[in-house]
Amino acid sequence: MEPVIELDGLEVRFGPRVILKKLKAALTGRSVGLLGPNGAGKSTLINTLLGFHKPSAGTARILGRDIRTHAREVRSLIGYMPENDSYIAGMTGVHMVRLMAELAGLPPEHALERAHEAFFYVGLGEVRYRAIGTYSLGMKQAAKLAQAIAHGPKLLFLDEPTNGLDPPARARMIQLIQEIRDRGDLHLLLSSHLLRDVEDCCDQVLILKDGNVAAFCNLEEERRANRRFLELETRGEHNGDFLTAVQALGCETAPGAQGRIKLVMPDGLEVRSLYEIAAGQNVQIRRLNHKRDSLEDIFLKAMESPDGRL
Amino acid sequence: MAVYKKTYRPYEGELTPGWSRFLVIPRYAFVEFRGKRFLSIFFFLSFIYPLICALIIYVQHNASALNLLGVQGARSLISINVTFFMSLLGWQSMLALFLASFIGPGQVSPDLANNALSLYLARPFSRVEYVLGKMSVLVILMSLMTWVPGLLCFGLQGYLEGWQWMRDNARLAGGIFFGAWIWILLLALLALALSAWVKWKPAAGGLMFGVFFVSAAFGAVINGVQRTRWGNLFNISHLVGVVWVQLFEGSNRTTNGAVFFRVVQGEELPLWTCWAALGVLSLVCLFMLARKIRGAEVVR
Repeated sequence: MEPVIELDGLEVRFGPRVILKKLKAALTGRSVGLLGPNGAGKSTLINTLLGFHKPSAGTARILGRDIRTHAREVRSLIGYMPENDSYIAGMTGVHMVRLMAELAGLPPEHALERAHEAFFYVGLGEVRYRAIGTYSLGMKQAAKLAQAIAHGPKLLFLDEPTNGLDPPARARMIQLIQEIRDRGDLHLLLSSHLLRDVEDCCDQVLILKDGNVAAFCNLEEERRANRRFLELETRGEHNGDFLTAVQALGCETAPGAQGRIKLVMPDGLEVRSLYEIAAGQNVQIRRLNHKRDSLEDIFLKAMESPDGRL
Repeated sequence: MAVYKKTYRPYEGELTPGWSRFLVIPRYAFVEFRGKRFLSIFFFLSFIYPLICALIIYVQHNASALNLLGVQGARSLISINVTFFMSLLGWQSMLALFLASFIGPGQVSPDLANNALSLYLARPFSRVEYVLGKMSVLVILMSLMTWVPGLLCFGLQGYLEGWQWMRDNARLAGGIFFGAWIWILLLALLALALSAWVKWKPAAGGLMFGVFFVSAAFGAVINGVQRTRWGNLFNISHLVGVVWVQLFEGSNRTTNGAVFFRVVQGEELPLWTCWAALGVLSLVCLFMLARKIRGAEVVR
C-alpha cells in the first residue's frame, strides 16, 4: 500500500535547536493519530508538511508528492484545521469558508455552494451569516473544520480539534470526524493530547517525544489483539480446576488475588466457551472485561524511554 | 437535494488557474470597502479635483463657453502644461496617501491578530500571492485616484488640442503613469509593512503619516544643523519629487515639483541617490513583510 505520508529522515531546526530529529515513518492508515506531550514536535511536523517550515535535512512525501519540490501541489491536496483560534475578522462564517474554497481553486459559484454545504454539515447552518468573530469557541472549531473540508481535500490535518470543547460539543466533533473517516474519500491526520480522541478516530498512531518517533503502531491490530486479552473476576471453590481447563484450551493465563485472572485466548476460541467451562466447574464469572487501555499503555511506555525511542 | 441534507463529498469539478487566485483577495476587500460609508464618500470626493481639471480643459477649448462666462481671457490665465498635470498628480497622490493610511492598516494586521495566515497559506497560495493580493487592493484604488484620471485628462486635452499636441507632450503621459506607479507602489509596500508590524490599526495609520512627516522634519533638522542637503534623504516626498521632475521634464526643468512633492531649488539631491533611497525603502518594506507573513510563527 502506498504511504499517505512518508517521512524520510525529516529534520527541522529553528536556529540551533533541532525540533524534528530525522524522522522516518511510512503512515499508511486511513486515519493516523499524532500523539505526544507538549513540545514533542507534533505541530511542527504538521506545519512542515504544509510547507510553513523548511526541512533542514531529509524530506517527506504526501500521497507520493515531495513537500520540498511539490509544495503547492501538496497543499492543494490538504485541508487544514489549525489548533489556534483562526478566522478572518469582520467576515461572516459562510463568506470566510467561501473565500478559503476560492483560494483553494474552486470557482466562485462552486465555492459558495460548498461553503453552505460545509456549514450545514458541521451543524452551523443556522448561524452561517453571523460574523465569525462572534462565534463561541465550539462554533469556531466547527467553522475551522468547515473551511478545512469545503474544497474537498484528499488529506485532512486536524490539529487538536476538540480543544476547549465541552463534552457534548466534543462528542459531536468526534462523530463528525468519524463520519468523514468512514466515508473513505479522504485520509486523516489527527494531532491531539487526548488519547481518547485518537483512540476513537484513528487506526494508526505515531507518537513523538523530543522530536523523535517514540512509537508507531497500528491500533486496529492492537484492538484485534486486545479482543483476545481478557480480565476475569471469578468466584467459586474450584478456581484452580477452571484455570487448568482454560489452559487446556490454549489460553495463556495469569492468576491474581481474589479470583482475578488475566488471560489471552487463542484464535478461534469464543468467550462463550469460558462460560461453559466455568458452569461445568461451578465457578461464577462475576466480571469479564476486554482490555481497553492499550493506547495508554503504548503511550506511557513510549514516554518512559529516556531518549524518546522504543 | 436540499443543501442541509447534503453530506461531505469530495470536489471533482474544475479549478481556477493558479495565477489568478491572488485576485480573490481584492474582490472580497472591495465588497467590505463598499460597506464603509466614510471611505466610500472619501473615495468619490477624491474625484472632484480631476473633474475640475477636466472642466477647465473643456472650457479652455470652448470659445462659446468662455464668452458665456465672460472670461475670454481665462485661456491665458490657466495653461494646460506640465505644471497643470503635475499639480493634478500631486493633489491626487496626497489623497492617495490618506486613503492608504485609512485602508492599509486593515490589510494584514487583522489576519496576524486572528491567526488567519495559517488558513490562507495552507492552500495552494503562496506568501508572495498573499502580499500581491493585499497590495492589489491598495494599488487598484490608488490607481483610480491618480494615474487613471490623470491620463483621462491628458487624453481629453490631446483630443481637444490635436494629435500634434499629444505627440509633443507624450512625456507628460509617461510622467503621470510612471510617477504615479512609483508613489503607489511605495505607499502600498509601506502600508502593508506597517500593518504587518503594528497590530493596532489606528497606530499603524498614524505611523504611516509619521513616516512621511516626522522623517521629513528629521531631515530638515539635519539640513539645518549640519548645513547640508543630505537630510532630504529622510524626506520621502522630496525623493519622489526629484524623480517626478525628471520623469515629467527630463533635463529641461521648468518646475520644482508639485504640491507636497516640491523640491526646493538648490537643495535637490542627485537623481541616482533618490532612486537608490526609494529602492532601499522598498527593500526594507519587503524584508519587514517577509519576516511577518508566515503560516506559522517560529519561536526560537
